Amino acid sequence: MQEHEVNATVDPLDPPSEDRLPGPETLLSMYRTMVRIRLFEERVLTDYLARKLPGITHSYIGEEAVATGACAALEPIDYITSTHRGHGHAIAKGVELRRMMAELYGKATGTCGGRGGSMHIADFKVRMLGANGIVGGGFGIAAGAALSATFRGASEVTLCFFGDGATNKGQFHEALNFASVRRLPVVYLCENNRYGQYTAFERVTSITDLASRASAYGIPGATVDGDNVLSVYVAVREAVSRARQGDGPSLIVAETYRFQGHMVGDGEPYRSRDEVAERKRRDPIPRFERWLADRGLLDDSTRQSVTDAAATEVEDAVRFAIESPDPDPATVEQDLFADTRASWSVV
Amino acid sequence: MPSLSYGQATRDAMSVVMRMDERVIVLGEDIRWGGSFGQYGGLHAEFGDRVIDMPISEPIIVGTCIGAAATGMRPVASMSFVEFTMSAMDEIVNQAAKFRYMFGGQGALPLVLRAADGVIRSAGAQHSESLEALFAHVPGLKVVAPSNPYDAKGLLIAAIADDNPVIFLENKRIQPLKGEVPEGYYEVPLGEAAVRREGRDVTILAYSVQAVNALEACDRLAAEGIDAELVDLRTIVPLDFDAIVASVRKTRHVVVCHEAWTAGGVGAEIAARLQETLFGELDAPVLRVGAVNAHIPFAPVLERAVVPATDEIVETVRRAVGRTSLAPV
Repeated sequence: MQEHEVNATVDPLDPPSEDRLPGPETLLSMYRTMVRIRLFEERVLTDYLARKLPGITHSYIGEEAVATGACAALEPIDYITSTHRGHGHAIAKGVELRRMMAELYGKATGTCGGRGGSMHIADFKVRMLGANGIVGGGFGIAAGAALSATFRGASEVTLCFFGDGATNKGQFHEALNFASVRRLPVVYLCENNRYGQYTAFERVTSITDLASRASAYGIPGATVDGDNVLSVYVAVREAVSRARQGDGPSLIVAETYRFQGHMVGDGEPYRSRDEVAERKRRDPIPRFERWLADRGLLDDSTRQSVTDAAATEVEDAVRFAIESPDPDPATVEQDLFADTRASWSVV
Repeated sequence: MPSLSYGQATRDAMSVVMRMDERVIVLGEDIRWGGSFGQYGGLHAEFGDRVIDMPISEPIIVGTCIGAAATGMRPVASMSFVEFTMSAMDEIVNQAAKFRYMFGGQGALPLVLRAADGVIRSAGAQHSESLEALFAHVPGLKVVAPSNPYDAKGLLIAAIADDNPVIFLENKRIQPLKGEVPEGYYEVPLGEAAVRREGRDVTILAYSVQAVNALEACDRLAAEGIDAELVDLRTIVPLDFDAIVASVRKTRHVVVCHEAWTAGGVGAEIAARLQETLFGELDAPVLRVGAVNAHIPFAPVLERAVVPATDEIVETVRRAVGRTSLAPV
């Protein structure tokens, strides 16, 4: 990981009132998650550029505060749906780095046995219902998981991650309408990283205040600093608690920034280096480090040990991936269909 | 045994299964109202909130089914006319069909999408099509097209019991047809064809409304001395190719019939597989009966000119067995 000084050159966090924040243990765990995402993604970037990995990948670097703050506000029983830029969501929801890296390497031990790849990491065991290569693919699925909970009498909440680009898809509007009509326990969390693929979102979007679209569907909408893990946490926590109490869905827009291009290898001719440099001053990790340090929750040695542990974990994940077997081509037609009726019994 | 229409038989299937298993929910547009053919009539009165009126948002209807199915429910969606599923092809093809495979075999996706297909009384180009080939082309979807009330109930129950996405196609013209339907639970297994009439001279392969027309064609052909065997495929995916081969080995002549377009259709796939498998055992080319390559027009005479009926089946079988020239008329 690039060296981040705990110093005054980063924009300070503007924290929500501290009584709504989690305890020190959770705060440190959130910090750990952000560092793990950053180091994982840096390694993925390196290995893609070195052509060690097949396919393409979309880097989550710079957006760590969103996944981390949001997933820290969830319980293990809660579901998430994710996007093509989904590695951070998966890590924050608890997917093992080993199995994620093995999936990126296309190995049999990957989360999807090498069937999915970067854009389709899924781990139902931790209730991560899949990264999705189709922009807006999660809107309906999240509504369905939420509807399901209401029938099963479960207190689960579903959180749907999506990008600013997805807010111009019909499914966004259709899902918000339906979720509102049924008062579904779902939180729609937009990561506005300013670009939909290679186009600035302002150029193709009718308004800049995306959260105001919530009012069209009679649900609460809020905008938060998506580079501030604490703001994300507090906003999502509130929306989750509302959802769990039966008070329906919410829309949250986390304003953040994509440090990398749309995908690895993107030359980024559509934005200036100055813009990127300016936004990197708001890098969510050093900002959170400084906030923690100011409160005596993070000293240099803890910071170093968190970084070292994450680096070791990533290195171990790469080794695991490389040493894992390839999937067997003879299995390529397996799992197209479930063994019928595994979950059905005639009473 | 009660006599029910096709539509009533599917309604009975829903009722039987919903009583058995609370995980079965049904959602769709205008669903509480009961459906054009009574397919959902009375379900809301009996099952209340498990019968869900949805906004006219097909992508969300299907997306909701996927999310609900992945988390323990067994949703059945009414998609109304099959053309309306086109708005949700993203969810059907990119999500439902791929969900299990792409995620490495995690979980099951037990959902059924019911849709009415076929021409009926000049409904026009966007309410008359038969689109099973689109679904059959995509790995990961099962495709069912019953031809009679008994099968409609048994296949719908089997579709709901199945742990995979099933497209259940209900032809509009055969909805009023009545037949004997047993009470209570029974299944017609997916992937099992039924021989409707045994014959020696030629095999007619059909499903849905064309299985009804083909049976009528068999009677007319018998009067001409042509002894046709009719195999009702019942499900297109999985396809009961063993049953097809068994019949064709016997008759050595084949005509495949469907209401969908001939071009790129299910008949083309079956014909290709037959020549790959049984080339030396065929005495004539595999012939197809299907819609001509045009959209379904409005004027009754034009509609009839696009979509085949019993006359075309009779004529094509005559050509297959050499009673008339092989060249299309």
